[in-house]
Amino acid sequence: MGTNKLNKAPGFTALSYLIIGGLALITVIPFVVLISGSLSSESAVLKSGYWFWPREFSWDAYAFIFRYPAEVISAYRVSIIITVVGTVIGLFVSTMAAYVLYRKEVKYRNALAFYLFFTTLFNGGLAPFYILITKYLDLKNTLPVLILLPMFNVMYILILRSFIRGSVPEPLIESAKIDGAGEYRIFFQMVLPLSKPALASIGLFTALAYWNDWWTAMMFVSKDHLIPLQYMLYKMISSVNMSAAMAQYAGAMEQPKETFKLAMTVVATGPILALFPFVQKYFVSGVTIGAVKG
Amino acid sequence: MIREIRKNWPLYTMFLPIAVYFLIFAYAPMAGVVMAFKDFNYRGGIFGSPWNGFDNFEYFFRSGKAWLVTKNTIMYNVVFLGAYTLFSVMTAVFLSEVYNKFFKRVSQTFLFLPYFISWVTVSAFVYNFLNYEYGIVNVILRKLNLDAIDIYSSPSIWFLILPLLYVWKWVGYGSILYLAAIVGIDQEVYEAATIDGASRWQKITRITIPLLKPTMIILILLGLGRIMRGEFDMFYQLIGNNGMLMDATDIIDTLVFRSLVGTQDFGMASSVGFYQSVLTLIIILSANYLVRRYDKDQALF
Repeated sequence: MGTNKLNKAPGFTALSYLIIGGLALITVIPFVVLISGSLSSESAVLKSGYWFWPREFSWDAYAFIFRYPAEVISAYRVSIIITVVGTVIGLFVSTMAAYVLYRKEVKYRNALAFYLFFTTLFNGGLAPFYILITKYLDLKNTLPVLILLPMFNVMYILILRSFIRGSVPEPLIESAKIDGAGEYRIFFQMVLPLSKPALASIGLFTALAYWNDWWTAMMFVSKDHLIPLQYMLYKMISSVNMSAAMAQYAGAMEQPKETFKLAMTVVATGPILALFPFVQKYFVSGVTIGAVKG
Repeated sequence: MIREIRKNWPLYTMFLPIAVYFLIFAYAPMAGVVMAFKDFNYRGGIFGSPWNGFDNFEYFFRSGKAWLVTKNTIMYNVVFLGAYTLFSVMTAVFLSEVYNKFFKRVSQTFLFLPYFISWVTVSAFVYNFLNYEYGIVNVILRKLNLDAIDIYSSPSIWFLILPLLYVWKWVGYGSILYLAAIVGIDQEVYEAATIDGASRWQKITRITIPLLKPTMIILILLGLGRIMRGEFDMFYQLIGNNGMLMDATDIIDTLVFRSLVGTQDFGMASSVGFYQSVLTLIIILSANYLVRRYDKDQALF
């Protein structure tokens, strides 16, 4: 706010810095505590609990994970495959649909938009959906189920439509048609390149949804080689929890139970945190495009 | 219609994949709502199982669960939506007063960070903080010679923890949305206010907040559409099947999930799901109707 700068209110500005700084600190502290915990030695944690920095620095928890890395590597592989394949297909099909919804020649475009939008207002509920996937489509324990279910988001399609509306002017399409370009050629050679900024944002949002999806796997996958990273993390956290509860019966175990959980979380979340600073701006612009009503 | 499709067939083929997808994965399950009126068995499937009228609903409403989960679902979601809106607007307003670029970028990065992690990861955080024996909160309490809290068996604390975590996870996202709206406000309005001698606080309450209202209405309206669903990921990951917290934290989604996957009670799962879908539709339609009366341009449809 340029003019506010001239009209100084030092007390208020100081308060703003204080509040924003405080909130930022609160959001980041759990990450610090998590990483510190994962780098602490198990015995120190058992003795005096977690702290804001590592108690007795140790790599033991990570060493334990990577002693038998097969499971983690397989989960990484599944997560990467579904994220890449799902994002590419989902983005492509969504953009095509968004483009059709934008074209004025398509007489039924509003009806088609409502066909998509209605699914966000009403749905059949989880039970028929579950039966459909398991009994009628027989998709249980397959890779396609992990790719297909999180593929589309109606809001993203509507956002893409408003972006295309703003960046591909209608006269441009008209002139391409006069020059003899077919619809597909116009889409591939004009619309796709001109929509790049929106594709980057929506693509990243879609990729994030795939990467963080554990629900689909929990519902429809039980084979080890199809388990994605987040679901594996969930299973490990909850089973270690259970074994902690049953430890008095099962007797002492060798594995670093407490710090292991945290190290596993770091291993599963690490790539997102490492990539985040580089891609943040695309997410921010994605949120902002979305603010424009579709 | 045929002539229209023939004329623009390449464009319609572009829409075909998504149309087929939604037909299979969204509209087919809608036909499956008849399941709620059937005594479902897996072999007979949705259409082969015998009808049983309203038995499933009767069972659901007699179980004593209906009121509990409806109340919890609405209560949590109203608190979530209110707290999220309040904190997002507040954070955006204060962020717009931060001029140091570096400070602004770093704090925005931090605030946005929780948006990117899954609720699975958040459950590890919560464990890390609140675990009875080793959690950092209890370590601090013990250092201060206070009693440690056994958070996983204290239902009432979750009424506070869940909204706090919800805000923690979403405020970065929300503040970006509202900040974009604030940046879009015409600067001349503020200039005129400065000439008229308005204080900073007056500018916020008399200019910024009223001009954010349309954005708030749209976002709250979209949020209302989810009020019967709520954050299943969050409830399932943080609480799971903890019986001690069940009454305080059971929502419609967790009940449907438990009936379906846990006890394989298809009648219960489908009738509760149907109940949820119908309530959702009613809420969206009435909210949209109210907004339409208030300001036609802000309505969703």
